[in-house]
Amino acid sequence: MKTKLTLATFLTALALAASAQNEIDIQKEGLLPGAEKPVPLALTGFSGEAASVLQFDLEVQGFKIANDGSAQYEVAGSAAANVQGRLNDRVNRAAIFSKSYTGATLRAQAHALADDVVAAITHRKGIGQTKIAFKSAGGGVNEIYVADFDGHNARAVTHDNTLATAPSWVGRQTLFYTSYKLGKPEIFSHSLATGERRVVTRNNGNNFSPAVSPDGRRIAFISNKDGWVDLYVANLDGSEARRLTKSPQDESSPGWSPDGRWILFAGKVGERRALYKISPDGGEPVRIPTVGVSSPSEPDWSPDGRWIVFTSQYGGGFTICVVPAAGGAASPLVEGEDPSWSPNSRTVVFARRAGGGRALSVLDVFTKQVKDVPRISGGSSQPSWAR
Amino acid sequence: MNASNGMKSLTLVLALMCLVAAGCRKKPVGLTPLPGSRAGQVANSDMQPGGILPPDSGTGSGVNGGPGAGASGIPIGQGHQGWTEDRETFKADVVYFDYDSSSIKAGEKSKIESVSSFLKQNSAAAVRVEGNCDERGTEEYNRALGERRALAVREYLVREGVAADRVDTISYGEDKPADSGHSEAAWKKNRRDEFVVLTAPK
Repeated sequence: MKTKLTLATFLTALALAASAQNEIDIQKEGLLPGAEKPVPLALTGFSGEAASVLQFDLEVQGFKIANDGSAQYEVAGSAAANVQGRLNDRVNRAAIFSKSYTGATLRAQAHALADDVVAAITHRKGIGQTKIAFKSAGGGVNEIYVADFDGHNARAVTHDNTLATAPSWVGRQTLFYTSYKLGKPEIFSHSLATGERRVVTRNNGNNFSPAVSPDGRRIAFISNKDGWVDLYVANLDGSEARRLTKSPQDESSPGWSPDGRWILFAGKVGERRALYKISPDGGEPVRIPTVGVSSPSEPDWSPDGRWIVFTSQYGGGFTICVVPAAGGAASPLVEGEDPSWSPNSRTVVFARRAGGGRALSVLDVFTKQVKDVPRISGGSSQPSWAR
Repeated sequence: MNASNGMKSLTLVLALMCLVAAGCRKKPVGLTPLPGSRAGQVANSDMQPGGILPPDSGTGSGVNGGPGAGASGIPIGQGHQGWTEDRETFKADVVYFDYDSSSIKAGEKSKIESVSSFLKQNSAAAVRVEGNCDERGTEEYNRALGERRALAVREYLVREGVAADRVDTISYGEDKPADSGHSEAAWKKNRRDEFVVLTAPK
């Protein structure tokens, strides 16, 4: 089925959608981005790497390390031969658990303890053992890297000595990215387990910005193959590509709603930039208002469906902002760009400009606490969190 | 009392004992063994990515662009992979753009007209238009904007009478700055299209 959208229809549709949007009262959403107080937690008995892992993990999941008597919880333990920890509820004076970890590395054990603390207190899964992919730039070329979510154990996945950008995960074993290895930008799939790669896009155009659907069956991407810079959707192997937008302005950076019903993207009507969503089956794009901030781009929809995180651009700077998924008042949070949600729908990895290049940081949206990821030589950007 | 009732009673007694034990505040002890450091989730760094496999023969075809160039863009042709590149001929004819814009400024048009004249006099040549951006945009937004800038010049060339399939485009976003400085003096040099003349390999 072909989508027949004339330019006039598209512009009309956008105008109508914009006027019909209602603002959502974010007070009703419960947690307010940036307004939540972190839960104070004391860490005793740990030093060195184990302590820094525990502090990093807990402070990006809603906690604050506080050894001053205000702590509601305490994690006491040691990391001499292996990591051992006891979680105590200091308010109710109860022991919650006592655990010991073996195998792998001390860092991995400390991440596992942090996850157990998060799960025991919040009843949500921790992110301590999750991974990110990102682009590392240096010497005029880019390669795709995979690392622990805190940037440690980073390894190159590509060694093509060309431009490779915008990684997007399928599950936790396969990456899609754009590479210029074949001369023009094409979208590749890359199995991390086997190293096998395939070119996914098979057309005459330039193809980039892949986004894999949450069910792993389809890919949204940007292509010029029909002469404009438009949004397309195809099967995961690139077959049955369907054009979703026909606009002389550029669309960019697609993403998906977690239920797969919408493709999210950054678009432009005249001079005005905005976020939009469109059904992968085609139809009219719907504007997602981001009230109070300008020039939104690089949006990402939270796994729990409730929020969209994006980059807002103003003057010379970039700001990470969050808006309710239906649109409404946007909350600016920290300076940065290119955010990606973790599986827990509260922690976000993003890039910031530091000195001449970029580096990664991790943000807890609700408490606004940020941790910087150690820099790799060159610049790191375009992070994508495996969900 | 049959066997299953006996089991139920035993289970109940055990459950009660556990509850009593918990109430006595015994700390539960658990040993959590972790998988080896070469966790399956990350590839062995010694493993090089494999050669690129040919695409599967898909059953679908691309979507047609629409009725005509004006309404939906001029579809992209096959391109000129492997042709000889010449970056010198139009080195001085870099087309510059305003911030966040792909509109061709009046003062830049003569450069594009030089290229169209050249192509009319050299009927075997083709050209690639390379679009670029300054760093004041997010990366994928800039990749799209750079492509839009290249297509804008392509559309101009086509309106000048150059056949569309003689003009290729590519965008490098902000990845290939002409000037890596962080000032407007640098940025204005980066918001550009460059022309690469392409001739068939001998």
